[in-house]
Amino acid sequence: MSHTATVAVRLVDPRGLRFVASVTAALLIAALLLGPVAGLPVLIVQALAFGAGALAGLSYQPWSWLFRTAVRPRLGAPAELEPAGPPRFAQAVGLAFAVVGVIGALAGWTTLFYAAIGLALVAALLNALFNFCLGCELYLLGKRVLAR
Amino acid sequence: MTGLWIVLAAVAVALSFGGYRALTDGRARAVRVDDGSPRLDADQLGEPLGRAATFVQFSATVCAPCRATHKLLAEVTGEQPSVGHVDIDAEHRLDLVERFGITRTPTVLVLDAGGAVRHRIVGAARRDEVVDALAAVAPAA
Repeated sequence: MSHTATVAVRLVDPRGLRFVASVTAALLIAALLLGPVAGLPVLIVQALAFGAGALAGLSYQPWSWLFRTAVRPRLGAPAELEPAGPPRFAQAVGLAFAVVGVIGALAGWTTLFYAAIGLALVAALLNALFNFCLGCELYLLGKRVLAR
Repeated sequence: MTGLWIVLAAVAVALSFGGYRALTDGRARAVRVDDGSPRLDADQLGEPLGRAATFVQFSATVCAPCRATHKLLAEVTGEQPSVGHVDIDAEHRLDLVERFGITRTPTVLVLDAGGAVRHRIVGAARRDEVVDALAAVAPAA
């Protein structure tokens, strides 16, 4: 026997999520290598992509759009779909780190820039390489802290 | 130059943490049981316990492997009517989350017939680990 409430969830192609994470990791690496001055435009582009994914939904995330239009037509149908809620949460966390990085770059706090983008890169790499679920780790901890 | 070191450090952290998780996630860890061990009953759960054993799964809406774990446990319990499966939305049961020290989702507690926690599975559960844990808790099920 098994009990749970069934609700309709939006589903996404997990390969698209890995693709989005890979593009994100590449841009964050570029931003880090270029540094807080030359890398700022790259970081702003990624911050906008995070913003679209977190606020408007994954279908509006530009790298996700790129996957659907350019990559997916060359692949077969996905074996399984995943709910869109967890990656959208991850996009929101990414947005928070990218914004902190932008503030660091603009204010000349280079340590803040490097720390925020370095952490965002760890998350993007875990996502791209290991299908890591950021929401699984952070969401419950956040709720526990807020409930105190 | 700083950027390059940050990139290398991030790659090293991601590979080691991700590799560690890939090795350890979804394994059943036995929990030592004594008279003072925490127990769960039907009242606290809001669902009846299984006659032989019960899987208590903690899930969240932002957790993709929770669905896979739910499906696996539903399959296993579907074959064994004496084994229960309760899927809890963790954010609505922070009392249980605190009491059992749940830090992330999915976490599955394997209860014996008396409601004592005998195994704990953190991360997406693996089928062989689930089957072994169940066999240890409820040999007759």
